[in-house]
Amino acid sequence: MVLLNSDLLDQPTDNTNKIIEMVGVHKWYGQFHVLKNINLSIRKGERIVICGPSGSGKSTLIRCLNRLEEHQQGDIRINNIPLNKNLKNIEKIRQDVGMVFQQFNLFPHLTVLENLTLAPIWVKKMPKLESEKMAFQYLERVKIPEQAHKYPGQLSGGQQQRVAIARALCMNPKVMLFDEPTSALDPEMIKEVLDVMIELAKTGMTMICVTHEMGFARTVADRIIFMDKGEIVEENAPEIFFNHPKSERTKQFLGQILRH
Amino acid sequence: MTKQKTLPHQQYNAYWYQRVLAWIIRNFFSSITNTVLTVLLGYILYVTIPPLFDWLFIKATFSPAESRAACNPDGACWSVITSRWEQFFYGFYPEDQRWRINLAFIILIMLTFWMLFKKLPARKYAGLILFLVSPGLCFWLFYGGWGLPVVETGLWGGLMLNLIAGGVGIVFTLPIGVILALGRRSELPVISTFCVIFIEFVRGVPFITVLFMSSVMLPIFLPDGIVIDKLLRAMIGIAIFGGAYMAEVVRGGLQALSKGQYEAAYALGLGYWKVNRLIILPQALRIVIPGIVNSFISLFKDTTLLTQIGIFELLGIAQAATRDPNWAGLGKEGYIFTALIFFSVCLAMSRYSLHIEHKLNQSSHKKRL
Repeated sequence: MVLLNSDLLDQPTDNTNKIIEMVGVHKWYGQFHVLKNINLSIRKGERIVICGPSGSGKSTLIRCLNRLEEHQQGDIRINNIPLNKNLKNIEKIRQDVGMVFQQFNLFPHLTVLENLTLAPIWVKKMPKLESEKMAFQYLERVKIPEQAHKYPGQLSGGQQQRVAIARALCMNPKVMLFDEPTSALDPEMIKEVLDVMIELAKTGMTMICVTHEMGFARTVADRIIFMDKGEIVEENAPEIFFNHPKSERTKQFLGQILRH
Repeated sequence: MTKQKTLPHQQYNAYWYQRVLAWIIRNFFSSITNTVLTVLLGYILYVTIPPLFDWLFIKATFSPAESRAACNPDGACWSVITSRWEQFFYGFYPEDQRWRINLAFIILIMLTFWMLFKKLPARKYAGLILFLVSPGLCFWLFYGGWGLPVVETGLWGGLMLNLIAGGVGIVFTLPIGVILALGRRSELPVISTFCVIFIEFVRGVPFITVLFMSSVMLPIFLPDGIVIDKLLRAMIGIAIFGGAYMAEVVRGGLQALSKGQYEAAYALGLGYWKVNRLIILPQALRIVIPGIVNSFISLFKDTTLLTQIGIFELLGIAQAATRDPNWAGLGKEGYIFTALIFFSVCLAMSRYSLHIEHKLNQSSHKKRL
């Protein structure tokens, strides 16, 4: 795949086009400083992959973007809405930001179709029939419309994760967050989920993905962010990131992860 | 192992009595220990069951009578119950008004069946009528006014009272318990502290204390002129006490859910109440159905304590009946009859809950995510 946007990095930043803006963000778990001075801005349609050793704060970072975690210092703006204690803002931002979890987190007491239509019906007040029609469109896109009336417990891990992606898409989000979406999957199911994500990337969705799938990062990402010990150590286009990493820590990490 | 494998084939060709014999040997006499136990238990049953059966049924007197003099002294004297069965069911409710109670219970039972049976149409409306219309209607029938003669609650009694107090308790404890359980896990310290103190305090005192407090203490604190009916006070006590227990049952279910369920629901933009109503509670309550029914059953049995504050429910009536000079000394019959009634109601509740659990497990293929 061609690296469409890698050259954009050098262009002057355009404020109107920014969908996510983090300025001087800090977060502590008690004494533990988990995010240290994070500055990051992401444009509409950009595909970001965040990688780094475990405990580096990458999951915490994206969980701060929809307030599943609260940052204690600094500013976060999403789609120009400030993310702060204001509940109205939080709800608005959560509608615009879809999230896919490592453990899928489907609702086991609802069918696949009900999982998909729940938020459109209860949050967006969409009529039931319309929401079901839309849900089927997204199920087609993740290639499992035939599972619509089953319960999550009856599906394989890969199918569940695809349902989870469809569920997030049903809210028609402006940004999609992926928190290690393939880490809990058996190897033979990783590809089916990555394929869906690649398809999604082609549609121009803004995506931020925490993952160890370096192949995926290479093909899809516009920018790769490497984190270690709560800091952004390096960010670059994949070509430069993989072939000419600047920092010692990045080299070390890549050496470990790409060895096999 | 090989023996078991050949057995079904042998049985297929054997005569029925050979099959029965094989079954008996396999289940009762398969080893020396089993044989000894079988003989021993058989002897104990032989010694105890026939006399008990004799006393309960064969030599017992069933027909209504004036006093226990009419009964066979070697058997149970069920006459004490058959001559007074109306008191056992209605307490001191005036005889000519008892049709009102029958009517109310028939309405309630029919609505409940309508709501619970899957094949009947418009079940939603049955539920609405049952919970919104029938309480008022039944209260009017029980108490009177608006054209019906008033029957003070002091005259209510017997099984009808257990059913009313238990039913009201059951209807109120679950919502109270859910609210307290959610409150206990609230992030607002004021709410969670209040709920913890409430639950721990109510749970930490004996039920009879709660009843005494509601019947004796409460009127002292109320301003002059405001009188709350004794039965109503007792029912408030039941609901509060049951609610505190229920809160801990519900909390158990809430804790069984993974954090991911909350996160996924919040990430979709649902607010606190919708997350709990649509995602958390349906799963949490399903997990704790056995605990919930357990609480219902113990609450229903606890209504027998109402006698202690001078409200004559079934057990109180049974005790009073056996203290009557005409029937003195028939405590056994009174208690056995009361126990049998409570047992049947509780058994029905527990069987229904098993049925629900079974149905829910079938529908959602209970694989934890």
